[in-house]
Amino acid sequence: MVLLYIILIPMFGALLSWLASARNLALCRWIALVSLLCDLLLITVLWAGNAADPTPAGHWMYNWQQPWIPHFGISLHLAMDGLSLVMLALTFFLGALSVLISWREIKYKTGFFHFNLLFVIAGIAGVFLTMDLFLFYFFWEVMLIPMYFLIGIWGHERREYAAYKFFIFTQAGGLLMLLAILGLYFVHGANTGVYTFDYFYLLNTPMERAVAQWLMLGFLVAFVVKLPAIPFHTWLPDAHTEAPTAGSVVLAGLLLKTGAYGILRFVLPLFPAASHDFAPWAMLLGVAGILYGGQLAYSQPDLKRLIAYTSVSHMGFVLLGAFAFNELAYKGVVMQMITHGISTGALFMIAGALYERMHTRELSRMGGLWPAMPAMGTVTMIFVMASLGLPGLGNFVAEFMILLGSWQANHIMTILATIGLVIATVYSLRIMQKVFFGQTERQYALPDLGLREWLIMAPLVVVILWLGVYPQTVLGTITNYELRITTFNKGDVPRAEKSKVVIPVSDSSFVINHAP
Amino acid sequence: MTFDDLLSLGPLFNICGAAVLCMLLVAIWRNHRLIYYVTLVAFALALMSVVPVATLLPHTIAPLVVIDMFALFNSGAIVGSGLIIVLLSYNYFEEREERKEEYYLLLLLATAGALVLVISRHFMSFFLGLEMLSISLYGLIAYLRARQRSDEAGIKYLILAALSSAFLLFGMALVYGFTGHMDFPGIGAYLRQAGTFPLPVIAGFGLMLIGIGFKLGIVPFHMWAPDIYEGAPLPVAAFVATISKGGVLVVLIRFYQDIDGRNYTMLWWILAITSIASMFVGNLLALTQQNIKRMLAYSSIAHLGYLLVAFLSGAQSGLEAIAFYLTAYFPTSIGAFGVLIVMSSSVQDAETVEDYRGLFWRYPWVALVFTVMLLSLAGIPLTAGFIGKFYIVMAGVDGHHWFLLLMLVINSVIGLYYYIRVVAMMFRTTDTSQRIFIKPSLPLAGNITLGLIVMLLVGLGVYPTAMMQLIQQMMTLIK
Repeated sequence: MVLLYIILIPMFGALLSWLASARNLALCRWIALVSLLCDLLLITVLWAGNAADPTPAGHWMYNWQQPWIPHFGISLHLAMDGLSLVMLALTFFLGALSVLISWREIKYKTGFFHFNLLFVIAGIAGVFLTMDLFLFYFFWEVMLIPMYFLIGIWGHERREYAAYKFFIFTQAGGLLMLLAILGLYFVHGANTGVYTFDYFYLLNTPMERAVAQWLMLGFLVAFVVKLPAIPFHTWLPDAHTEAPTAGSVVLAGLLLKTGAYGILRFVLPLFPAASHDFAPWAMLLGVAGILYGGQLAYSQPDLKRLIAYTSVSHMGFVLLGAFAFNELAYKGVVMQMITHGISTGALFMIAGALYERMHTRELSRMGGLWPAMPAMGTVTMIFVMASLGLPGLGNFVAEFMILLGSWQANHIMTILATIGLVIATVYSLRIMQKVFFGQTERQYALPDLGLREWLIMAPLVVVILWLGVYPQTVLGTITNYELRITTFNKGDVPRAEKSKVVIPVSDSSFVINHAP
Repeated sequence: MTFDDLLSLGPLFNICGAAVLCMLLVAIWRNHRLIYYVTLVAFALALMSVVPVATLLPHTIAPLVVIDMFALFNSGAIVGSGLIIVLLSYNYFEEREERKEEYYLLLLLATAGALVLVISRHFMSFFLGLEMLSISLYGLIAYLRARQRSDEAGIKYLILAALSSAFLLFGMALVYGFTGHMDFPGIGAYLRQAGTFPLPVIAGFGLMLIGIGFKLGIVPFHMWAPDIYEGAPLPVAAFVATISKGGVLVVLIRFYQDIDGRNYTMLWWILAITSIASMFVGNLLALTQQNIKRMLAYSSIAHLGYLLVAFLSGAQSGLEAIAFYLTAYFPTSIGAFGVLIVMSSSVQDAETVEDYRGLFWRYPWVALVFTVMLLSLAGIPLTAGFIGKFYIVMAGVDGHHWFLLLMLVINSVIGLYYYIRVVAMMFRTTDTSQRIFIKPSLPLAGNITLGLIVMLLVGLGVYPTAMMQLIQQMMTLIK
């Protein structure tokens, strides 16, 4: 039940804050903030409880199921393991910060803005929790429409174009995924006689190699569009650039992660053999993304666009690591999801703060800001260093683990990906150089970080440092998830909620059936 | 005629009786409000009289009609939709036309025609129903005589519908001439026995398909749709989009079932090509429309294409999908026209996309309703349209028609674009003070009706199980 509350709290918060906005705008913002903080607190409590009571055999901490459309074998099935837990923590952490970051930026239709923001977050939380493929598709779509409004109403100049493009791209991918979901449903039904959308039943569906490959591609397309990987990335720079700051943060920090999560949760476990066959191509796509995205990032004249392209580059590592099929790379991928969410989210917040002060995103019109804003410069420096992978900061751990893992799988790809780190250094340093160093002809004074901005930046800095120094916080939580070929016993699926350790999964840790 | 026969035709008798009553009332005392209430009560009674029929099923009144669960379900859908249309009509005509009473008369007759269609199992009743429907529609479409486009639309529909009826009739004659049967099961039995498919019968089916295709508005017989939708009074356009098409579709399904259509590959291919063409033509032409009525017309062509995909799947789930899709599509479509109705003023219909610029900030309630309708048409979750489309895809996967499904997916994406365009227009925030907008009439009854439709659509989208169970029961009986 607690899992349902996690999704419902932001939904109710959304409605309440919209209603409150008619009376009092400050109240509306507070409601949004408090509801997200509540969820964050809830997650922290769950996390702490789980850490205190490690249950190595049980990967699933919570499970809740209710029939929804029994005619089709659809149920409201939510479950949480370590991966979901850390992703949810990231979701509500960044969610709360995006409410804070919009405190002054959004003055227009504030109530409706917060309604949409909270609804996106509820949708994302749903995506991270659901264990029923129909419900998953449902939440996948639920995230879309409010995001479309966030970009389309509160964005910058070309907002409508960007919003369309975002919507059509993701929707097209989503529909292909729907086809694949239905295909899997029928294949499973035909082979076993059980027609269900339940994830745990669909694991280990016996099917022919060719069928598995097509279905896997259907899923992969949706996730790769969202991730995004070359050549499906073209919606991203537009959407990120035109979105309001909070929108960019949610997009880069959370929405992209749903694609990565989908690969880890669905593509690999559902189609292990097919994924393994496809792995070299997926890794190639990943490497292409790392290099090409990095190169494009370097050549952007627009600060937000630059940061957007760095996402393409960083998400290439996710694809590379996910298809390396080993624990090291897998953990690296999860780390990368978290740290990229934080570092890129922070960079977008800084870009938003700069825009608020200077009303431009053009790098050529910035420069020499360090003397005016040393505090902001320092904070930016930290996140730029994180983005280029400086040891001691979270991103280093993530990318290093991915590279170590992928080396075991494919030498050439790993070597090429490593070149990406050099490119990352180049484009990251360009941000510092163009924005904070150099000459300035500006006559007016610029205020440094205010109290609210400190409140936003400080937790981000702490978290990224913490993850760099003690990544075990995350790694320890996700240890109990492995890329597994489960020998799952269908009779064991619990129907009702139980508090702990409900879904037995084979503890033969991390056996990949390199299919014959 | 036994008592059971009478009882099972209850909805039809109610509607026909009301038509006679209305005719007399018009002769005695012209009063809009009175005739409106009479019609409303007639529809409500007809809807209620659907319920007791369920105990008699399936009931055949040889040779003309059969009342099975499928017919009954669709009768209910037609009468229910008619009820909603009547509710939305009062203000619309009150503001526009001095002689409003005959509208209700014609509407009742057209509904009666559709009701005959859904229960027919014989060429006679089929043609009778179709003509009752069409001839009433000539009058309905041209009802606002003072408007130029209304006349034009009426004449167009008259000529094309008459022509298509001629095709249909000639096709029927050919089929009858060579099989010696006019009832659907008889034709099916003859074909099974003969084993072959004589050429004149093929020609006959082809000609009939032209007639039916015209009524359904599928490609290549779709050209009338946008002009008729644009010219007709809004409630009538809603009627054409839903009841008229739905009634004919039911006959087509029944005929196809009775003659075992899926055994004839050629028939399948003709319908498959028609379906793909309808989806593409409808959606691509809708992309460029600036007039929402025309856009809805083209989108309805595309939706018929989607329905044909389910129809062609040949699986049991295909029929369920059609039933559910129609249940979702009827209220959605009527609701969309309903929004146009409440947004229109007495002098001008709110029909261009520009009329809806920034609507959300002026009339949030209407804009939200319209958004729900458009999202349901586009098939986005939380709405009935999504479950309907999901059902269709499921039926297609069940029948292994991957190519058709791929076409459906591509078209859904194209479709998204123009629905979202209207939604985006309503949420657009550019300065709206320069423009003079149509002053909407926003009648209370219309708003309440729209509210109910929204509740229905969202209800079906969130909890479709009850409706699915009903449909499933119905389908177990259809065999």
